[in-house]
Amino acid sequence: MVQVNMESHLLGANELLARKNRTQFSQQGLLVVNLMSSPGSGKTTILEKSIDLLDGQLKMGVIEGDLYTDEDAQRIEKKGVRVIQINTEGACHLDAGMVGKAFQRLAAGDMDLVFIENVGNLVCPAEFDLGEDFRAVVISTTEGNDKLRKYPLIFREARVVLVNKIDLLPYVDFSLDRFREDLVRINPSAAVFMVSGRTGEGIEAWIQWLLGEVKRKNLK
Amino acid sequence: MHELSIMEGVMDMVRESARDHNISKVNKLKLVIGKLTMVLPDSLQFSFEVLSQDELFHGAVLDIEMRDIKILCKQCGQYSVLEDGYSFVCPECGSNHVDIVNGRELYLDNYEGEDN
Repeated sequence: MVQVNMESHLLGANELLARKNRTQFSQQGLLVVNLMSSPGSGKTTILEKSIDLLDGQLKMGVIEGDLYTDEDAQRIEKKGVRVIQINTEGACHLDAGMVGKAFQRLAAGDMDLVFIENVGNLVCPAEFDLGEDFRAVVISTTEGNDKLRKYPLIFREARVVLVNKIDLLPYVDFSLDRFREDLVRINPSAAVFMVSGRTGEGIEAWIQWLLGEVKRKNLK
Repeated sequence: MHELSIMEGVMDMVRESARDHNISKVNKLKLVIGKLTMVLPDSLQFSFEVLSQDELFHGAVLDIEMRDIKILCKQCGQYSVLEDGYSFVCPECGSNHVDIVNGRELYLDNYEGEDN
């Protein structure tokens, strides 16, 4: 009988490709944001509003991940931003290989910032490094307070948390106090922005913060 | 998550390694999975049963070691094991200034087999 020691990461192939992506992004001085949330929490609407505010200040592109359809990509394209749609056709997350290929097609040579909109899912995307600079996780007030406690990993790994649909706070049971209480136990260092993709409230503060991150990456 | 494709990946790794080591029969695989990961051990076992029909893997056992979530408090320097995975707070001093030391493991530790 022989025992062979492996110590091989189960997602080793993805880790390798993520590292490759990260090197490439850094060589171009490009800030890459992995935008994640459950379905319907408003990632695309926040992106649209963010693009409006960033327009004229920097060059950006978007990689859209969805199981099917290019509806989100069409919405982004209307904003005059280069976008590549990835259809995972059943897979519930983006992986570094898919993003690497989409990035080549994006022709991001002149860009400062790329948003990757991940597939709407709080479980699997958390395990897959795409090579991004940081993760931005959206939670909306209509989802309920339990999401942080039920999916702690994705919130633990976020650099920034956007609380969306705050215009609906008077109509839903979402408690901002409870949210803050949970987040301080899961990820005390995350930056938090209260926004409404629909009304545009709070988007300006998030964009100012983001511009600071772009500048910091450019200086590196 | 995607336990089936993860298991396929594990078995491909073992298949390739077994070829290099002249191993014709695998008896046991050992995985280490942290409790903070999103991978379900039962689902991995099921996937392994489904996939292990060929000569190399037939009758092999999948051993999964679950690793507790362990934190190091940056305030008081204590290591602690957490019972739940959604509150990263030091039970000794109450600080939330902690590093997660264990719980995110997701790897194939080793396998045992018979060589030719």
